[in-house]
Amino acid sequence: MDKTPALLLKNVRFRHGGSTDWALDDVSLEVHKGQFVSILGSNGAGKSTICMLANGLVPHAVKGDLQGTAETFGEDVAKKSVAELSTRVGMVFQEPESQLFCMSVEEEVAFGPENLGIPRQEIRERVEWSLGLVGMTGYNDRSPFSLSGGQKQRVAIAAALSMRPEMLVLDEPAYALDPLGRIELYKVLRELKDIHGMTVLLAERDAEEASLYSDQVILLESGRVAARGTPREVLRDTALLASLGITPPQMCEVSTLLRSRIPGSSFLFTSVDEAEKAISDEFSVGRRRGTP
Amino acid sequence: MIPAADTAAAENAVISIRDLKFTYEGGIQALTGVNLNIRRGEYVAIVGGNGSGKTTLAKNIIGLLKPSSGTIHIQGAPASGQKIASLARVVGYAFQNPDHQLFCSSVSDEVRFGPLNLGCPEQELDRRVQHALEIMNLQEVKDKPPLSLTLSARRRVSIASVIAMDPQVLIFDEPTTGLDMRESDGLMASIGNLNVEGRTIILISHDMKLVAKYARRVVVMSEGKVVLDADPAGVFSDLDVLLRSKLVPPPVTRLAYRLSSLGVPREVLSPEELVFRLMQARGGAR
Repeated sequence: MDKTPALLLKNVRFRHGGSTDWALDDVSLEVHKGQFVSILGSNGAGKSTICMLANGLVPHAVKGDLQGTAETFGEDVAKKSVAELSTRVGMVFQEPESQLFCMSVEEEVAFGPENLGIPRQEIRERVEWSLGLVGMTGYNDRSPFSLSGGQKQRVAIAAALSMRPEMLVLDEPAYALDPLGRIELYKVLRELKDIHGMTVLLAERDAEEASLYSDQVILLESGRVAARGTPREVLRDTALLASLGITPPQMCEVSTLLRSRIPGSSFLFTSVDEAEKAISDEFSVGRRRGTP
Repeated sequence: MIPAADTAAAENAVISIRDLKFTYEGGIQALTGVNLNIRRGEYVAIVGGNGSGKTTLAKNIIGLLKPSSGTIHIQGAPASGQKIASLARVVGYAFQNPDHQLFCSSVSDEVRFGPLNLGCPEQELDRRVQHALEIMNLQEVKDKPPLSLTLSARRRVSIASVIAMDPQVLIFDEPTTGLDMRESDGLMASIGNLNVEGRTIILISHDMKLVAKYARRVVVMSEGKVVLDADPAGVFSDLDVLLRSKLVPPPVTRLAYRLSSLGVPREVLSPEELVFRLMQARGGAR
């Protein structure tokens, strides 16, 4: 099996043209194919720079001094054009408004493949496939601007998917969404990963959803990797998260508090389901013991 | 249910809204009959999904949009006859995107601009600018161009420029969007101080963790009207209305729903409170 990572950074340093500060300062990480990886950090930690490296916007559009090894699917990002990379890496930004510009959902989703000169029939198939994946089948003729925030963001994802990328990179995609919109979005991303084997790389400031949906979590601090591992390994340290300016998941906060209140206990849960079970087990027994 | 309009309550209200409807050009009905009284000194969150009418309501209150029908009273006087500038002395509005309201060459000029335009006397002007810079933690950057600052600082500048007009009521529209936890905590502490000073705070947000932490009253909007109006505990224990309004209670509140057999009340709003209630329930059983 091909073990080439979807994204490989080895001792990467990057600073913007004219800046003396390193936006990324000796970052090494891998995103393996088919994984859902969340990069968490405060503003200015370097999340967006990593996202832009993955599809070559850094260093091709955002110029600066790039050192070390940066490869997507085994190819040096500095030697490939953004156009070449965009057939393998789809990018979705914070605000869907900033990337939607067509009069209909269909045109929006067809725009990328049309520019690649793909035959009409195949474009039509790709549009239907992409809209289906994000749960927007039948919205072809709607104006993107008549849609809700969550629907707009899903159209932006469909527009990235129609290029049939192997990896989706999303920079704070839930930024402007209401709570249900957030949940819909993360479910779609997880399905893309689980059902279609898509590699998902996502940047966030709030660890709440990352704790539930990621295979791997990477914490950034001022352009450096502060910790990496599974959500359970990394997010249990809520004090570390807070010190990095990352909002801890509430269930991890509850487990940390319980560990400190009940000596000898080892509570650790990331989801409401897990928490319900662990707490019910501990506290129901406690009550029975205590009640005459 | 929405309490019936009470004349006495409406008279005491700093903002009183009756049957407010608003339709955008092109026919989208953004407000379909809002009734709401906001009293002096309250800290109210207005929550709802994308497109529920929160921002449209705020823009009607400050006079940026004119109601299609219904009335708004500001400190007892109808808003309809008043100019935006005179409403701005009472109600300040901090935009979602701070860059929409920043244009001066230094932070202190930016903050000075509003009250200067309202004809504020020189000495009073200095005092107000000073106070606004202090409360928003902008002393160190007061001579810098606002657009050179980080998003968090730009948002604080836009809020300081509103505070300098000394309004009784401040409306914050998604003030923490784009801010990380530290920036958000700092900003919310400043907003808390404004409330302590006696100002009425209206916080528009769909961040349920934020609302649970800071607001003392929560107004839920859906499809252009108020569907629930209660304290945070009351609102977050009404799952049906929240879900229909595209809102989801914070995870810790959802966990509390499921632990009611252990003696945890449904309306828990923070991890600390949940653990306190659990330990209390266990202690009480022993």
